[in-house]
Amino acid sequence: MPALLAAAVAVLPLGYLAVRAGEGGLSTAVEVLLRERTLWLVLRSLGLTAAVTSACLVVGVGLAWLTTRTDLPARRTFGVLAALPLAVPSYVAAYAWISAFPGLAGFWGTFLVLTACTYPYVYLPVVAALRRSDPSLEEVSRSLGRSARATFLAVTVPQLRPAAAAGALLVALYTLSDFGAPSLLRYDVFTRVIHSSYRASFDRTPAAILAILLVVITVAITVAESRSRNRGGTARLGGGVVRPAVTVTLGRLRAVAMGLCLAVAAVALAFPAGSLGYWLVRGASASFDVDRLVSAATSTVGVSFLGAVVTTALAIPVGVLAARYGTRTVRLVEHAAYAGHALPGIVVALALVFFGIRFARPVYQETPLLVLAYAVLFLPVAVGAVRASVAQSPRRLEEVSRSLGTGVWTTLRRVTLPLAGPGVAAGAALVLLTCMKELPATLLLRPTGTDTLATRLWTETGSGAYAAAAPYAAMLVLLAAVPTFLLTHAQTHRAARSTDGVDPRDVMEGGSR
Amino acid sequence: MSLLEVRGVTKAFDRTPVLQGVDLDVPSGALAAVLGPSGCGKTTLLRVIAGFERASGGTVTVGDRLLAGPGRHVAPERRRVAVVPQEGALFPHLSVAGNVAYGLPRSAPRRDRRVAELLELVGLQGYEQRMPAELSGGQQQRVALARALAPDPVVILLDEPFSALDAGLRASVRADVRSALHASGATAVLVTHDQEEALSTADVVAVMRDGRVVQAGTPQEIYRTPHDIDVARFVGEAVIIPATVRDGVVWTTLGALPLAGAAADGVGMAVLRPEQVILVPEADGLPARVLDTVFYGHDANVMLEVRCPGDVLMPVMCRTQGDLPRSESVGVRIVGPVTWFPKRPYDVMPAGAQDAASA
Repeated sequence: MPALLAAAVAVLPLGYLAVRAGEGGLSTAVEVLLRERTLWLVLRSLGLTAAVTSACLVVGVGLAWLTTRTDLPARRTFGVLAALPLAVPSYVAAYAWISAFPGLAGFWGTFLVLTACTYPYVYLPVVAALRRSDPSLEEVSRSLGRSARATFLAVTVPQLRPAAAAGALLVALYTLSDFGAPSLLRYDVFTRVIHSSYRASFDRTPAAILAILLVVITVAITVAESRSRNRGGTARLGGGVVRPAVTVTLGRLRAVAMGLCLAVAAVALAFPAGSLGYWLVRGASASFDVDRLVSAATSTVGVSFLGAVVTTALAIPVGVLAARYGTRTVRLVEHAAYAGHALPGIVVALALVFFGIRFARPVYQETPLLVLAYAVLFLPVAVGAVRASVAQSPRRLEEVSRSLGTGVWTTLRRVTLPLAGPGVAAGAALVLLTCMKELPATLLLRPTGTDTLATRLWTETGSGAYAAAAPYAAMLVLLAAVPTFLLTHAQTHRAARSTDGVDPRDVMEGGSR
Repeated sequence: MSLLEVRGVTKAFDRTPVLQGVDLDVPSGALAAVLGPSGCGKTTLLRVIAGFERASGGTVTVGDRLLAGPGRHVAPERRRVAVVPQEGALFPHLSVAGNVAYGLPRSAPRRDRRVAELLELVGLQGYEQRMPAELSGGQQQRVALARALAPDPVVILLDEPFSALDAGLRASVRADVRSALHASGATAVLVTHDQEEALSTADVVAVMRDGRVVQAGTPQEIYRTPHDIDVARFVGEAVIIPATVRDGVVWTTLGALPLAGAAADGVGMAVLRPEQVILVPEADGLPARVLDTVFYGHDANVMLEVRCPGDVLMPVMCRTQGDLPRSESVGVRIVGPVTWFPKRPYDVMPAGAQDAASA
C-alpha cells in the first residue's frame, strides 16, 4: 500500500502534464510540433547530447585506464581528482566560465561545461569495471598468443562496454535534462526553451507540449540503450579475490599522459575554482549582504532535508519490495518509481506548477509542493540505494528470524532495516546533496519570498552581477563537496573490495538536474 | 509415535516438479537425517516444513497440529519450527547473546540465565559479548544451534550445517551438536548430502532421490539392507557382481554366498561391502592380483582382480585394516550375507553376467 502511494507520486506529474498538453486540442499540438523552430530545437538538443556523450566517453575511459592500469605519476591523486567534478553543479561551472569569457555563450561553452561536469559518470563505473575485471582472463589471452594490444581489444574492452554504456546513458540523460548550464550559456536547447516559453507567454500549452516531446526523447534513448545492452556478461567460476592487474609501463608517453590529466583537472576543477575565487575577492570589496547568504543557506538545507526525508520514506517500501519480491505488480511499482530518471527537472516542475494552480492552490509555491517535486525527481536514487542494501543483507536471516517466532513487520524492524541502515542512510545523504544542487524545480516551485543558494546564484548571474553571485556559488560548492567526496570514497572502496560491485547508477546521481 | 509427519508432499517451481510425494516420519526426540545428492529436493523439503515455501500438495503435521495442508499454511513464526541454516546465518549486527536471545520474548523471565545455559550447552560459555565476525566457523554454527534451541521449538531443522567447516572441525562440531540436541530433548531433522555424516549422526536416515524418499530406517538398516542398487551405491562403497538366487543361496562368480533377507529365485545382482572381502594367503581363497592400493591411515582400500572359476576376471574392492599385501598375488574370501536385487529392465549387467547365470 505505501509502495503504491510512492508509485502514484512518481507518475502523477507526467500524467497531469499529458492532460494539460492535450487541453489545447490536437490541432495546437500538431501546429507546435511542426514548427520549423521545433525541428531546429530537436536537432540542437540531440547534437549537443551526441557531442557531450562522445567527449565524455573519450575522457572518462581514457582517465579510467590511465589511473588504474598504468604507471602514471601520482595516479592515486589523479584518481580522486577525476571524480571530483561530480561535486560541481553544471550551472556553477557555467557561471565560472561565462563570467570570465562572455564569448563562450552558445554551443561551445555549453559543450565544454557539460563535458567537464559529466565525464565522471563514465569514469567511475569504468574504473570499477577495470578494478574487478579478472586479470587472469587477460593472462590467458596473452598465453594463447595474443599481443597486449590485441588482448586489450578482444578481452578488456568487452568487459568495460556495459559499464561505459551505462555511464554514457547517464551523460546523455543529464545533458538532455540539464537546465542551468544551457540557460546561463544562452544555448537554446529544450530545457531553456521550455522555461522561456513558460515565462514569456500567457498560453502555456506549447511549453507543456515541448515538455512531453522532451520526455519522449529521453525515454526513447533509455529504451534504445537497454535494448542494445549486452546481456551475456562474463562467467566466472568460483569466488576468490580478484588480483590486481599488471601495471602498463607508459615510458616516454608518461609526460604526455600526465599533461592530459592535468588539462582535464584544470578545465573541470582548477579554472572554475580560480574564477570563483577571483569573483569572491572582487565581491568582498563591494557591499555584501551576509544575512541574505545565511538565510539562503538555511532555506537550502531546510527544504533539501525535508526532501531527503520524504523521498527516503517513500523509497523504503518500494526498495524492500523490489529486493525481496519479484512479482509483476512489484516490478510495475518499481518501474513507476524510476520514472523520475527519465523526467528532466524542468518537466516535473512545470507539471507540478500546472497541477498546483489547478488542484492544490493552498500549497502552490509553498514548501510541500517543492518537496513533492524533489520526491518525484530523486525517488530513483533513494529506491536504488534501499534496494541494493536490502538485497545485500541475506534473505536467509529473515527466514531464521521468522522461524524464531517473529512476524513479518518485526523482522523488518529488527533485522532487515538495521542491516540495510548504512546503505539507506547513504542514499538519503545523496538525495540531500542532490536536492541542494537542484535548480529548475526549485526556481519554479520555491515558496514565495524564499531563495535558495541555487536560485540566488541563478538570478545574480542572469543579470550579470558576477561578483554578487560568487558567495552563493562558493557556499553551494562547500556544502556539496563534503558529502560527494565521502560518497565517492566509499563507492570506490566498496567496488574495489567486492567482486560484484555496486550499480554505479545507485551511487552516482550526484549531479544537478 | 511420530512427532513430525510429512505425507505426500509435492512442490513444483514453474512447473518443474521438485518434490513428488514425500513421506517422512520422525519420532519424538529423534535426530533424523535426510540424505540425498544435490538437486534431489531435500532443502526444498526442509523449507516446506519450516514454512518458507508453500507445498503444492500433501500435509505436514507436528504432534496433532496440522502445519501445512490443503488450504492451510501456518506462517513460519507460528510453527515453533526453528532452523539452523548452512553457514549459521547469524545476525551480524547482534552480539552472540543478542543472537541467542532473539527468539525469546522481551519479557521472558531469566532471559540472561537462559542464554547462558544455552551457550554452556553448546560449549561456548562466556562468549555473550562477542560479535559473530569474531567467531570461527564452528563457533558460529554452535551459536546458531543455541539460537534455534532458545525459544524451545518442537522441531529443529538443520540445513547442511557442517558442510562449510573443514574436515577436522566437522567431526567435533558434529559430535557436539548431536550431544547438545540429545541433551535438549529436541526433535531434529538434518539435511545432508554426506552419507558418512548421515550414518554417523542420525538415529533415523531417510534417503531421498528425485523428489521422493526411497528408503527410511536406522543407519544400519540403510547400510546393510539397502532398498535398491542405487541406494546401496549412495550410502557407501559397494562391490556389485552379477548373481543368481536359487533356494535362498546367492550364486556368484565368487562362489555361493548367504543371502541377507529373503528373495525369490531369479537373475540379478549382489551387493557386497568392501569390508566383507577379506585378504587371505593365496592358497586359502580365490586367487587375485593387486591392481592398486589407497591408504587412508585407519584403513586402506585395495583394488583387486579376482580370477574366478572359468578364468573370468572380476574387479573387486577390499577394505582392510591389517597390513597391506606385500606381494601382487593374494587370496580373497567373502564373509557375511550379501544383499541381492533382481535385474531391472534398464540395468546393464557387468561383465561375466552370463557366466554367473549359467554357473
